[in-house]
Amino acid sequence: MTIGRIVLKSLRQHTLSTCVTAFSIALAGGLLMSVWAVKQQSQATFTGVNAGFDAVLGARGSKLQLVLNAIFHLEASPGNLSWSDFLDIQRNPNVELAVPLAVGDNYRGYRLVGTVPEMFEKTEYAPGQKFALQPGGAWFDPTRREAVVGDFVARKMRLHVGDTFHPFHGLIFDEKNQHSETYVVVGVLKPSNTPADRVIWIPLVGIQRMSGHDPKAATDVSAVLVKLKAHSAIAGFQMDMMYNKQGNRLTFAWPIGSVMAELFDKIGWFDRVLALVSYLVASVATASILAGIYNSMNERRREIAILRALGARRFTIFSAILLEAASISALGMAAGFAVYGVIVTVVAGLMRAQTGVVIDPFKFNAVMLWSPTVLIALGALAGIIPAVKAYRTDVAENLTPHS
Amino acid sequence: MTLRTRPMPLLEISKLKKSFTADGANHCVVNVRTFRLAEQAQVALEGESGSGKTTFLHLIAGILRPDSGRIAIAGREMSALEEPARDHLRATTIGYIFQTFNLLQGYTCLENVLLGMSFGPGADRPFAVKLLERVGLGDRLKHYPRQLSTGQQQRVAVARAMANKPRLVLADEPTGNLDHKNARESLKLIREACRENGAALLLVSHDREVLAQFDNVEPFDRINHNSAEEPPV
Repeated sequence: MTIGRIVLKSLRQHTLSTCVTAFSIALAGGLLMSVWAVKQQSQATFTGVNAGFDAVLGARGSKLQLVLNAIFHLEASPGNLSWSDFLDIQRNPNVELAVPLAVGDNYRGYRLVGTVPEMFEKTEYAPGQKFALQPGGAWFDPTRREAVVGDFVARKMRLHVGDTFHPFHGLIFDEKNQHSETYVVVGVLKPSNTPADRVIWIPLVGIQRMSGHDPKAATDVSAVLVKLKAHSAIAGFQMDMMYNKQGNRLTFAWPIGSVMAELFDKIGWFDRVLALVSYLVASVATASILAGIYNSMNERRREIAILRALGARRFTIFSAILLEAASISALGMAAGFAVYGVIVTVVAGLMRAQTGVVIDPFKFNAVMLWSPTVLIALGALAGIIPAVKAYRTDVAENLTPHS
Repeated sequence: MTLRTRPMPLLEISKLKKSFTADGANHCVVNVRTFRLAEQAQVALEGESGSGKTTFLHLIAGILRPDSGRIAIAGREMSALEEPARDHLRATTIGYIFQTFNLLQGYTCLENVLLGMSFGPGADRPFAVKLLERVGLGDRLKHYPRQLSTGQQQRVAVARAMANKPRLVLADEPTGNLDHKNARESLKLIREACRENGAALLLVSHDREVLAQFDNVEPFDRINHNSAEEPPV
């Protein structure tokens, strides 16, 4: 009978405290891994999403707001820019492609984005990947009231090719603000796992000339997505200087990834708070291992004395207690992966629903190695004090039952 | 000329002393000048409760370390060994039967017997089963101590004491918790098991019925001079 067998027996004899302690370790480990993995994956994903463009041009304001509005279809537009501004940047020799966007309407909370056919014809939203339609669909005719619906919206709103809908004014759904225009769904996008899945695409003029919109702004656009020619770093720098430093009317958000990285810098404190919470949970869980085993030492003194009388060495008993503490941690960490799976799946679902950005909940992350290692080591460390107590058990004194 | 030598005893004790401090005073509990036990012998020590019999057995088993004196078991000086070596010698040479059985409650009968082997020669499942069959518990292998009668628990303890094929079995009031019938049967079993396994038996008891079963009964206060003055050399 090995130390392992003794440990197994002890865990079984103290099933309730073992389960409770292992559960707290599971929560700590699951939380810790989730915070780490979601943080790293979301940072990598958000800073990597650029819809195939290098920059966004918009009204003077926050670069972050501009990127969130034009790329992630979140936040309100910081303002409009004139059609001539669009033409200026389109003609810029450094620009390979400029795509205008117009926003300001929704369909039951899902944003309508007006654009031009080049958005789908010339754009690769990821290297080598262009937007594609599900079978039976077609791209909208820019002169007609037609819509191409993102995959997520189509599923949520049960929209199919041939369905019609009335847009609502504004970015927030208000039943009273329905527009009179009727749009026909002519196509549904194949899933792209980008924010494009969460919007309804209609012709640019559709937004510009929607009933109730200011006729003076009928040629304005909300933003322009810009793809630069080769050597875009120099071109981007030059345009950054031109629009942001020398000009004062417009904002040129470039490069998109860096703008998003600033967002993560700003909300970095939140990650740190979450990490701190998981460290605290880990500390409490470790302390509960210590308390659980230590408190059981009184009732186990006789058992230890019997083992010693049968020839078990002090070190064997010491090792058994350490192994028991580490085993509780290991059991907890095994369950911690289940907790992680649940948390990350829920977070990934929410993230997809809110932003259209998809993260892979089960993608390998180094935290999946170091977090169990650290927590098991902490568990073993917590076992040292009760193990020392077990080590010092007086055999002769504890062989006889105490009344 | 033929040289006649006495065979080396299995257990040889000389000038053994053990004291405990209580209430600031030193109390000598064991003071045995000399004691010998031959291989395969069966000796009973008779003594009242509190006379130091259990301490004496603990000293022999290496559970306690003497203040002074010598204990040799099978040619090895238990009293001179460091604790890990004493543990090993106990695990390989000595079987211990307690008055309160001291079975581990979370372990089955079979596991308790296997535990008696694991710190010594190593677990030998067929032998453990054989031992339990020998003590009449072949059909209780997977029973836990709480599922057994006291007599049956004592039989598990006997099987466990034999598990490491000991050369010396120490039995501390082994029938103290049993009724007359079970006590008689249990004692018979212990003696037979020792005989069958070639082990010597040193039993301590104050029960006259138990002592009556032994040819060789030694009053403990005759060998233990804990309250007497040290005799002049």
